[in-house]
Amino acid sequence: MAERSFKKEVEQLRLGEGELFEGEGILAITKGLLQASVAYVGGYQGSPISHLMDVFSDADPLLRELGVHFVSNASEAAAGAMLAASVNYPLRGAVAWKSVVGTNVASDALSNLASGGVTGGALIIIGEDYGEGSSIMQERTHAFAMKSQMWLLDPRPNLPMMVDMVEKAFQLSEASHTPVMMEMRVRSCHMTGSFVAKDNRRPPMTVGQAAANPKRDISRIVLPPANFVHEVEKIEQRWPAAQKFIAEHRLNEWFGPERDEIGIIVQGGLFNGLNRALELLGLSDPYGATKIPVFCLNVTYPLLPEEVRSFCAGKKAVLILEEGQPEFIEHELNTLVRQADLQARIVGKEVMPRAGEYSAQVLVDGVAAFLRAHAPARAPAMPAEVPAEADLASTVPGRPAGFCTGCPERPIFAAMKLAQREVGELHVSGDIGCHIFSIFPPFNIGNTTMGYGLGTAGASAFKAEGKRAVAMMGDGGFWHNGLTSGIGNAAFNQDDTVTIVIDNGYSAATGGQDILSSRAENQTRVTNHPIEKAIRGMGIDWVRTLTRTYDVAKMRDTLKEALTSTTKGPKVIIAQSECMLNKQRREKPLASKAAREGKRVVRERFGVDPDTCTGDHACIRLSGCPSLSIVPNPDPLREHPVTHIDNSCVGCGNCGEVAHAAVLCPSFYKASIVTNPTRWDRIKARMRHIVIGWLQQSQTRNLALRAY
Amino acid sequence: MTTSTPPARERITIAILALGGEGGGVLADWIRQVANQHGYVVQGTSIAGVAQRTGSTVYYIEMVKRAAEGANRPEPVLAMMPAPGDVDIVIASELMEAGRAILRGFVTGDRTTLIGSTHRVYAISEKSALGDGTASSQRILDAAKRRAARFIGFDMAGAAAEAGSVISSVMFGALAGSETLPFPREAFEDAIRHGGKALEANLKGFGLGFQRARAGEAEPPQILDPSEPTTAAGRALKAAIDASLPPVARPLAIEGVKRLMDYQGSRYAELYLSRLGAIHALDDGDTDWQLTRHAARHIALWMSYEDTIRVADLKVRAVRSARVAAEVRLAPGQVMAVTEYMHPRLQEICDILPVRLGRWIRDSAAIQRLVEPLFRAGRLVETTSLRWFLALRLIAGMRGLRPRTLRYSEEQQRIDGWLALAARFAERDPPAAAELIACQQLIKGYSDTYERGLARFEAVLSEASHLAGQPNAATRLRALREAALADEQGDTLACAISAKSA
Repeated sequence: MAERSFKKEVEQLRLGEGELFEGEGILAITKGLLQASVAYVGGYQGSPISHLMDVFSDADPLLRELGVHFVSNASEAAAGAMLAASVNYPLRGAVAWKSVVGTNVASDALSNLASGGVTGGALIIIGEDYGEGSSIMQERTHAFAMKSQMWLLDPRPNLPMMVDMVEKAFQLSEASHTPVMMEMRVRSCHMTGSFVAKDNRRPPMTVGQAAANPKRDISRIVLPPANFVHEVEKIEQRWPAAQKFIAEHRLNEWFGPERDEIGIIVQGGLFNGLNRALELLGLSDPYGATKIPVFCLNVTYPLLPEEVRSFCAGKKAVLILEEGQPEFIEHELNTLVRQADLQARIVGKEVMPRAGEYSAQVLVDGVAAFLRAHAPARAPAMPAEVPAEADLASTVPGRPAGFCTGCPERPIFAAMKLAQREVGELHVSGDIGCHIFSIFPPFNIGNTTMGYGLGTAGASAFKAEGKRAVAMMGDGGFWHNGLTSGIGNAAFNQDDTVTIVIDNGYSAATGGQDILSSRAENQTRVTNHPIEKAIRGMGIDWVRTLTRTYDVAKMRDTLKEALTSTTKGPKVIIAQSECMLNKQRREKPLASKAAREGKRVVRERFGVDPDTCTGDHACIRLSGCPSLSIVPNPDPLREHPVTHIDNSCVGCGNCGEVAHAAVLCPSFYKASIVTNPTRWDRIKARMRHIVIGWLQQSQTRNLALRAY
Repeated sequence: MTTSTPPARERITIAILALGGEGGGVLADWIRQVANQHGYVVQGTSIAGVAQRTGSTVYYIEMVKRAAEGANRPEPVLAMMPAPGDVDIVIASELMEAGRAILRGFVTGDRTTLIGSTHRVYAISEKSALGDGTASSQRILDAAKRRAARFIGFDMAGAAAEAGSVISSVMFGALAGSETLPFPREAFEDAIRHGGKALEANLKGFGLGFQRARAGEAEPPQILDPSEPTTAAGRALKAAIDASLPPVARPLAIEGVKRLMDYQGSRYAELYLSRLGAIHALDDGDTDWQLTRHAARHIALWMSYEDTIRVADLKVRAVRSARVAAEVRLAPGQVMAVTEYMHPRLQEICDILPVRLGRWIRDSAAIQRLVEPLFRAGRLVETTSLRWFLALRLIAGMRGLRPRTLRYSEEQQRIDGWLALAARFAERDPPAAAELIACQQLIKGYSDTYERGLARFEAVLSEASHLAGQPNAATRLRALREAALADEQGDTLACAISAKSA
């Protein structure tokens, strides 16, 4: 079960012609796919596109009704390869993933797909994870589009436009026999808005019908001599066909006056930000009525020389707003302008930052700088400098991402921190997943991260001389590719490393999607395939499965054993406990329902006694749990804040186990609160209350006697 | 850095800065719902997933009045993120997030109403410090008042707890109460009803938020004067304090006496006052009797060191049972079991044995081998069960024997050594003596933590002995103490010590 349910929202996907759709970008895109008679969809989850996969998944019943096949692909490579269905058949297919990382994973399939070309429209929905909120390397998918010659759409953030672009993308793909990428920026995915719906259309051919009537065309297969022909085809046929389609359907837009001595060319995704910048500079209004010509590239690759020529003709200078680097569009504009023998000066990175997101302020500053240089009469007055708040900057603390309240991965790293006290510091090869948050305080564990499922592979160079390297891997990464690239690689080469596979039952970091080893029963997918079985199948015998990660002492001792065992070859520890976010989502409603029905329900939570806590916070340095925090010391003599656990505590047990394993302090207590106690519970409590109460009264009297 | 905007405009922009689990997304949905129902075209954007994992994130909403039916006006172009100087309303779920909004330029004096909770959710850097690593709240409050056109701040987490709701409904109430949006109160409440979840609690939270936003922040309660003594011994000790100590040091000394009477008895409190008196006699009264005040605090803290007897004593008290019940919000009709996580090692047992017996066991390898396994694992002590309650009560009852225990004898010796050195400093350099006295704060915790703290304390003390009489002794002692609290491994302290000796 995924973190966020779209069960209610997907009902809007049934809307028909003329009805108003209101919702998020990802839902709009899905509606666009259904309106465009898509035959199959798939992909791999990852922010900002995770929810698109969840929408597909929650909309599966509707997709089935329409004859649309949905595949929850094992990886982006699998999703990319699935587009092979559009090579020979007039099937429209769409896959989605987080980019640039997902595109990296899929690149083998994409290159093959782009070389042979497609018959049915092939659309790749790219969640471009760039700028604020991003968790990955800052690169551009643009380069991929260029090197494989796939077309790249970057529609301006506007739901009607985005929905329309989905249909246009399929048509473009078919017209030019080329796969098309549609870029969705982080905030566009969750942008809300509305558009007028059209009827959903069943695919004219289903994937099943295609499979039943196979067609074969050897010229589409990437093998010599066809591969050489493909390259020529790309240049001589597909490219011109694409340009013709883009021009005829006016996919790019021209805003503002027809004539001016300056102009701005902008990536579609940045258009709204640019209009706001112009508005703040007094050069546009909230409805996009710009006073400077703006050419909005809803297709960022390929460019159309004719369009560029007509926009730049008669202009002294043209600003190109192109986020990230290298500035491919700027380079190409320079070439095109030169070839057209125009005098317009292309201004890009000379006034704009070479790296980083084009935030609102960056756009305002950049456009202002452009105006000052090339149209000083229209440049704004230099704004008054607002003094920086240096004091404030040093006061506001950073908030690095960390593990959620009660996360089962926390005790694994607490155990590792304790093990390091005994065996010394370890080289830890990190992976992608929630567990990579171990690199931040308070754990400060992890040396590198090479990609999803690549933790073990990232440790494979370290032939042990005395101390073994440790690798992390999540269950998501394990099934994505870690089983072969990590476990298989280590087994084959007999790497002397220790791998910890974190088996929390979900692809948790991407939103709690089910995977092969999930313990949940899934109605449409197969689950419950133990990771240990797969690892043993790869020929590794030293495998330990710990079924409760919260047992910090056992975790520490098992890790020490793996690090010091005389057995050579790879050692794998599988650390199992359910992702707490998902567990709470599952169990909390059940518990409150049971409580309402009068059933006995036990809630556990931890607490700290402020009078025995001395404010050293060693426990926090081994935890970092959001519910484990500090409060001002209630003791008038003590000055350092004391540890405090708030009511968000889910009683995972980590605090107590850590206090025990690290021999910390006696301040932690666990309270087990019984709602709707049984008769026996009540009798026991009553008896205890009488005896303990009596003893406490006498103690209170004694205390009063020796009181101040 | 900011650009001036025309004052009158059709657009309203709202930025919400929130942390994971605070319902920033729900709040954004409510706001969009109100606006949508009342004639506005509204757009919201967010970055999903960031807030979930403890980080801070920005939800952004823009709204423009919908065109009249049939009006020839294009759809508005709404921005995806806030532009500095262009934000009408900033809602921050926590004080430092309000600070972050100011830092990012979202709060400007010409247009921004800043609605911020004044409570703190501490960042990991603040809460993992060995001592006090908390950031200055006052600095943020000052900046909020200075930088915003209008600042509405109160403890929204407190209000949410009061209402039994989530903080987002209080924030929504505060937004309604601020009257910065052109919608009536009922419109906001309808949006909550439309959401349909936890209606009663959310409406209550909303109501509190609405009301507090209008009432303004209540003044923080004043710290009460120390209470009057209730026993003859207490009155005698108070008289002694009043007779010998300057008024500024008296409240601390009274707290010290209170604590030590509770810890051991009035004789022990007398010992405290005599130790304090000896230091006070050397104080020249500079900086408000700083040396005496420090001594009043730290001698009391050290003398009430945490041994097994003390821990047991505190765990079985009636006030403690009541505190736990309140903290976990035990409702009538519920029953509760409380389990302690204790890990007494052989060392802690020797500590509360008579001096010679304790020392003999501690120093005998053979006995240690024999008994050690018994103390290897931590113990789960269910203090609500009769068996464990009685056991702890019994240990607590050993209080009378404490002066004969090994730990007592060792701690008194250390205290005397420390005070003797402080006295040596005080004769010529009271500020340095005060710094030395404050080094007691390095000793805290139990087991390994205690041993680490004690080792650092002793390292600082041994450095201190070379500093006596030097002109900058106070500054250097302070630096050493701060270095000792800088990191767990002790690298900073080692560095400070070697740098000094070089």
